[in-house]
Amino acid sequence: MSKLSEAEAVEVAAAKKYKYGFKTNIEYEDFPKGLNEDIIREISKRKNEPDFMLEFRLKSFHNWLAMEEPEWPNLHYKKPNYNDIQYYSIPKKKPKLDSLDEVDPEILETYNKLGIPLQEQKMLAGVAVDAVFDSVSVATTFKEKLAEAGVIFCSISEAIQEHPELIKKYLGSVVPANDNFFATLNSAVFSDGSFCYVPKGVTCPMELSTYFRINNENSGQFERTLIIAEEGSSVSYLEGCTAPMFDTNQLHAAVVELVALDNAEIRYSTVQNWYPGDENGVGGIFNFVTKRGICRGVNSKISWTQVETGSAITWKYPSVILKGDNSIGEFYSVALTNDMQQADTGTKMIHLGKNTKSTIVSKGISAGKSQNSYRGLVKIGKKADGSRNYSVCDSMLIGDQCGAHTFPYIESNNSSSSVEHEATTSKIGEDQIFYLQQRGLDEEEAISLIINGFCKEVFKELPMEFAVEATKLLAIKLEGSVG
Amino acid sequence: MLKIINLRAEVEGEEILKGINLEINAGEVHAIMGPNGSGKSTLAKVVAGHPAYEVTGGQVLYNGEDILEMDPDERAKLGIFLAFQYPVEVPGVSNSMLIRQGVNNIRKERGQDEFDPLEFEDYIREKLELVEMDERFLDRSVNEGFSGGEKKRNEILQLAAMQPKLALMDETDSGLDIDALRIVSSGINKIRNSENAFMLVTHYQRILNYITPDKVHVLMGGKIVKSGGKELALELEDKGYDWIVSDLMVNGEA
Repeated sequence: MSKLSEAEAVEVAAAKKYKYGFKTNIEYEDFPKGLNEDIIREISKRKNEPDFMLEFRLKSFHNWLAMEEPEWPNLHYKKPNYNDIQYYSIPKKKPKLDSLDEVDPEILETYNKLGIPLQEQKMLAGVAVDAVFDSVSVATTFKEKLAEAGVIFCSISEAIQEHPELIKKYLGSVVPANDNFFATLNSAVFSDGSFCYVPKGVTCPMELSTYFRINNENSGQFERTLIIAEEGSSVSYLEGCTAPMFDTNQLHAAVVELVALDNAEIRYSTVQNWYPGDENGVGGIFNFVTKRGICRGVNSKISWTQVETGSAITWKYPSVILKGDNSIGEFYSVALTNDMQQADTGTKMIHLGKNTKSTIVSKGISAGKSQNSYRGLVKIGKKADGSRNYSVCDSMLIGDQCGAHTFPYIESNNSSSSVEHEATTSKIGEDQIFYLQQRGLDEEEAISLIINGFCKEVFKELPMEFAVEATKLLAIKLEGSVG
Repeated sequence: MLKIINLRAEVEGEEILKGINLEINAGEVHAIMGPNGSGKSTLAKVVAGHPAYEVTGGQVLYNGEDILEMDPDERAKLGIFLAFQYPVEVPGVSNSMLIRQGVNNIRKERGQDEFDPLEFEDYIREKLELVEMDERFLDRSVNEGFSGGEKKRNEILQLAAMQPKLALMDETDSGLDIDALRIVSSGINKIRNSENAFMLVTHYQRILNYITPDKVHVLMGGKIVKSGGKELALELEDKGYDWIVSDLMVNGEA
């Protein structure tokens, strides 16, 4: 039996429209649009950053100026005008709060609409929430309990102030300041994000979670996350996001870096539900994300699980560099596209250490007129003796106007290693739906059940609450797309 | 219970059912026999509401109500069950998950309490015995990797679990070896009672050795051309469908 509650798993919400498409009225401080050295100096100044951060940003900015926006993805979109973006946005009433009671009621209301009220979450199952509302952390909870364990969990801005030595050592160590167009842009202008440091031998006492949403039109969102797991430690991090509905495209270029030292383990789970645009492809988030982890130590493990359902454009390849001997990298992904959505997503597993292992399970679901591509690289280095990879990429098509594409790249430079790749494509058929309907399930329930079955291997990797949420999301996303 | 009046249906522009009339009452078992391509399976699917078939005329009344506009799941909730000739595989969905959801939807419709997982386990265990199936079948994905016989037994398991009023059995006997046929037939016999009805679509008389029909109908060219008692099946077995054809020609009906 599955870990999911089946009743929950097939529950279909009634709303046909984008469920989280509302906007909260909060005043924003003005900040000029555009990107130049002055803007970057201003961002750094407003954030009261030490000199090394300004240097990091400026170096990144100069690298970025020399870079071209990549054209190799299987994506078609009008490139953003990078000078028409506001690179810093901050709610006017910047809260400095001791408790949730002091949070702007409108912000709390936003979370309530999302069904993830902080108040309730505080009581629920010990999930610590670092809530990022646009660029500024509004409320951070559970800090004390984490502090007892020695875990640092705060906004990255705060970490820059309070723990500059860790930032200096690790920021840009996995995704360097000249990595790729979008990541480099992020390095120059990132606004805020989360920071987590788990000290030696500590198992983080709770799942860490960040919910954030874009709320200021044209503000852009440049999230930066850094997680470090010291020797023998472990941590599970959940990231979930939804965005309100509006018409102009929004750029989202986040960077996430994970560092796992000897015998450490990091699990990173994402449910992504940014606004995808309307059925004609108007509006929607451009989601260009660089996520990468390094298993720096021996026997370390990094596991990415993602459920990607939103955004007009998704460009995202959560990757693992398997440097330590016997280290393990995992990538479990469900990517769903509907209407005019486009996704080009997958992973890179770079095997450098001996006896390193990686597993890739990718499930792509395409409906409407959407295009869904899996792109993955498995690279086995010369010294990676006895390394192994297993990949499976399954695609499911709903209707006959969508596309599923698979681009697996394999580079093996070591003959003692093995790489296995399997791929399937299937279609939800009339007969399958009829069969389930004949057993008393309505059409939505039938589709939901089929999709859940298809995604089961990925969902079982998600923490329970996330799995339920993800299941509901898929059902909502596919409403009305079959038949 | 079921009254079919002058039913016509086509698939992809080709007319398959050309005016079917049939009445089945509670407590009865009707066998629908006929050669390949005569429209037997189509009849079962149209009554269950398969979307590939377009009804072009006539009525299907279920307890006096015309059900032709209803979705398949609405018909299922009213108590109509179709045992598939080719049961469909649903990877990743456990058999028990599907059956429990189906049973609970139907119970809800009937104003009964839904089963929680533990109650369901007790409930389904009883039904497993009917078809001599192992509990392990419950955790396996629906029909995935099942042998032909296992798939058919699984249909009977679902039939037992859903407790329909009207069961449409579409060539349930085809592809079964003698042991499986015995198990499936005895399952049906145990489920059969004075309040439900069965329509057995079959090509062969064989299954009727185990399940005694009240009526036998011969379907040819989209029409019921002959009806009779259980002895008609034996006659068909003996003389073949050609006999009916020549018989009809003699009577000027073909």
